[in-house]
Amino acid sequence: MPDPSAALLIEGVCKRFGSLQALDHVSFEVRQGEFFGLLGPNGAGKTTLISLMAGLSRPDAGRIQVMGHDVVADYRNARSKLGVVPQELVFDPFFTVRETLRIQSGYFGLRRNDDWIDEILHHLDLTPKADANMRALSGGMKRRVLVAQALVHRPPVIVLDEPTAGVDVELRQGLWAFVRQLNRQGHTIVLTTHYLEEAESLCGRIAMLKQGRMLALERTADLLSRPVQHTLRIRLSSGAALPADVLPVARATSDGRVAFVLDSADEVAACLAHLHASGVGLDEVELVRPDLEDVFIAMMQESAQ
Amino acid sequence: MSVALRTLLYKELLRFWKVGFQTVAAPVLTALLYLLVFSHVLDRRVEVYGGVGYTAFLVPGLIMMSLLQNAFANSSSSLIQSKVTGNIVFMLLPPISYREFFAAYVMAAVIRGLAVGTGVWLVTLWFVDLPYAHPLWILFFAVLGGSILASLGVIAGIWADKFDQLAGFQNFIVMPLTFLSGVFYSIHSLPGFWLAVSHMNPFFYMIDGFRYGFFGQSDMSPWISALITIGSFAALSLATLNMLARGYKLRN
Ligand SMILES: Nc1ncnc2c1ncn2[C@@H]1O[C@H](COP(=O)(O)OP(=O)(O)OP(=O)(O)O)[C@@H](O)[C@H]1O
Ligand SMILES: [Mg+2]
Repeated sequence: MPDPSAALLIEGVCKRFGSLQALDHVSFEVRQGEFFGLLGPNGAGKTTLISLMAGLSRPDAGRIQVMGHDVVADYRNARSKLGVVPQELVFDPFFTVRETLRIQSGYFGLRRNDDWIDEILHHLDLTPKADANMRALSGGMKRRVLVAQALVHRPPVIVLDEPTAGVDVELRQGLWAFVRQLNRQGHTIVLTTHYLEEAESLCGRIAMLKQGRMLALERTADLLSRPVQHTLRIRLSSGAALPADVLPVARATSDGRVAFVLDSADEVAACLAHLHASGVGLDEVELVRPDLEDVFIAMMQESAQ
Repeated sequence: MSVALRTLLYKELLRFWKVGFQTVAAPVLTALLYLLVFSHVLDRRVEVYGGVGYTAFLVPGLIMMSLLQNAFANSSSSLIQSKVTGNIVFMLLPPISYREFFAAYVMAAVIRGLAVGTGVWLVTLWFVDLPYAHPLWILFFAVLGGSILASLGVIAGIWADKFDQLAGFQNFIVMPLTFLSGVFYSIHSLPGFWLAVSHMNPFFYMIDGFRYGFFGQSDMSPWISALITIGSFAALSLATLNMLARGYKLRN
């Protein structure tokens, strides 16, 4: 039963690009005041879903509501309740930072918004750049302006599509402190990121998307209470080949190494011993905490079993 | 006017004003060059209407041509730049209706066209003394003609995915229609076939009506030109609004 007071209601949403099913019957709800993570590997459909929420594109099936307003039928109310930080670093080179924010306020029907603009500039460390032309800003600063633009109308629901890509550590801290503050003040936050630690420390619940399908929707605490996994990455010596019996569980990484996702330290030891016994030469061995992709792989293996 | 519409209009005006040298001064210079070349070659040889010398005949045509081309250039180039750079998203995220969107782009483009047209008119004051028989017709055709080209610019800017497609639209549609509209000559000096073709060109009526405002004489009655111009604008703006309402190429 859909909750009419949900900040975000997504119901049976499908979107197809040519032969590619970018979103396949995605449904979930985000309650008001939640800090919600939307995770998934490249191409999972996160940005596509956000575009549908924002009315930048239209779903083939299903419906989406923002604070109870349908994003197609009642688009004016839905859009005024939503602030979106786009993933792409875009800007209008004709204007200064302050002009950009004043214009964006005007688009939302706000005429005198300078007090709030000043506050946003302050929180995002942009005050010294207020009168600089957008062209003259570094990439990280341009991204901060994108965040500022999404906030000019104090939207109750704020969606951030990878807001920390290309942003330095210091600002990342500052940005999250600000977003946390907004969340404490009652704003609902939806976040996509490829940094699992970020999602872990910020989000109360996490939805996982892969190839347009929802893999999981869980409280972050539950996700973390799963048995800890380890990723073993090895680089084979030149000429060495993996024994046939490990091929089904091995995964080639983009940098030419081989990764195994293993459930315990004992399994790591056993795996290495097995490779050694099979006479496989190794140039490099690395044991890492699972990254997001590893978590996915593990979850998919689980769901396949 | 809603705050959103006013803001979008302001943004569009600020955009062309910040690069006023390119957007206003350059087209005025181009028109001046046309005037110098054509009037030098033709002034003593051609008399178009009774008592109207060629240079005097040419000036309203040049004013209108500059106005029309710049109205088109404003909406089309602004839109394609926003699309190519991606900052069009800032206008698509807020609750701006497609009617407000259309109105802002058209008004800004008309204002740019009028600014360039006024600039051309001012510099040509040194060369000819024009009569101003019916100033209201002048204004009417300037604003409506500008609106038609602004609307066409919105269509072209939304349709084109790349700058060269837009250039194609400009070179193969807008330029021929303006040049074959009687800017440089009275179409009654044309042989029959080309006369008939010119009569099918809506640009001809805008320029002919505009010229009527100055001289009180023209190839067509200004009322007929006005009707055709109004009809063209109505058809074009409906098509543009329909395109925007469907989200064609903007919200796929
Ligand atoms: N306009 C489009 N036309 C065609 N295909 C598209 C379009 N937009 C997205 N896609 C495809 O849809 C799929 C989902 O893309 P999307 O951008 O939503 O992924 P994402 O989860 O945001 O990925 P990332 O983490 O890389 O940002 C991808 O396969 C992408 O190539
Ligand atoms: Mg994305």
